[in-house]
Amino acid sequence: MIREALLVAGKDLRLEWRSKVGLVQIVPFAILVLMLFAFALDPDRGVLERATPGLFWVAVLFSSVLTLQRSFSVEAEDGVLDALRLSGLAPVSIFWGKVAALTAQLLVLEMILAFGVAIFYGTTFHSIGLLVVVALAATVGIAASGAVYGALAARLRSRDTLLPLLMLPLLAPVLISATRGFEIGLERQAGGGWTWAALLAVFALVYLILGSLLFRPLLEDA
Amino acid sequence: MLLRGPNGAGKTTLLRCCAGLLPVTSGTAEVLGIDLRTRRTAVRRRVGLLGHATFLYQDLTVRENVDFWARASGASIDDGVAALRRLGVAERLWSLPVQALSAGQRRRVSFASMVCRRPELWLLDEPHAGLDAAGRDTIDELMAAAAAAGATVLFASHELDRAHEVAHREVTIAGGVVEAAP
Repeated sequence: MIREALLVAGKDLRLEWRSKVGLVQIVPFAILVLMLFAFALDPDRGVLERATPGLFWVAVLFSSVLTLQRSFSVEAEDGVLDALRLSGLAPVSIFWGKVAALTAQLLVLEMILAFGVAIFYGTTFHSIGLLVVVALAATVGIAASGAVYGALAARLRSRDTLLPLLMLPLLAPVLISATRGFEIGLERQAGGGWTWAALLAVFALVYLILGSLLFRPLLEDA
Repeated sequence: MLLRGPNGAGKTTLLRCCAGLLPVTSGTAEVLGIDLRTRRTAVRRRVGLLGHATFLYQDLTVRENVDFWARASGASIDDGVAALRRLGVAERLWSLPVQALSAGQRRRVSFASMVCRRPELWLLDEPHAGLDAAGRDTIDELMAAAAAAGATVLFASHELDRAHEVAHREVTIAGGVVEAAP
């Protein structure tokens, strides 16, 4: 299973590397979102500073939806989904491979956005350990839930508009928890940041289990 | 075995049912000793399907596509290379993305991706479509070699003259019903 998951993850990352969609479209989009927030809130730097964690995660979520759409639209083209079903790859391996590739892509995006908030918002990072754990747990949660819903919407003609509608409300708990965790990590607010990290880890775990169980029927119905 | 019939006769549907991609909703169906009503997913690893779609990632190179599909099905990378050579895909094309190839070249790469899996049952939907004369001859040779090696080849085709030269048996269907199976 691990070999198959690595094979799928490697293929997804290679596809991204070849197409450069993330680099030339999604990353600029995410930076643009950050910049627009900066323009909108610049007159009052206090608001911008306080809102930085939320703005960071809103930019991540919007960009994640684009990354997820891309990840599953390539499987829906040219009968590839049929080829995957015929390949003998276990659906659970495909799911874990997709999650691994999405997690890697989103982590890179978050690192770029972290530089973005440092430059545009003047943010300094304090509790690095907490920030990294919160980001990692949130990212795995986004990737796992995104893989489940991405497979669900994969072959629908309306998938491009349906996926954001499905994903954004679903990811509200991730947005809230990650924002709270970052507020504490960036010392905007006092409190136990690890509680939020734990909540994000539970969300990720639930969707990893759900995806492992549901990916076969989702792939069949796609 | 040649599967023939007018457009909409159900040839593609039958091939997809045999591949375990579509459920059998009535009657009985068995492929390679596997009951498709109850265990259709079990047949998939043992069949190769060539359809109207390319089954290829357009942004990946020829070599990356064939390597991926070979390894996904448990075959080796060498099997993929051998299949590309057998299909006559020139080595200078191997590093090109699939989207840069002509329709005929893509068809050959699709075929290579299928052949390297060494399926026991070949399900081919219009296998000669989009190929030049040399490509068609290559496909015919491959089908004959596969049949000689013990595989079963079921193919749908409208090019009856060529198909009759290759096929040992012929089934005609219309409206989803077998009309003639001499």
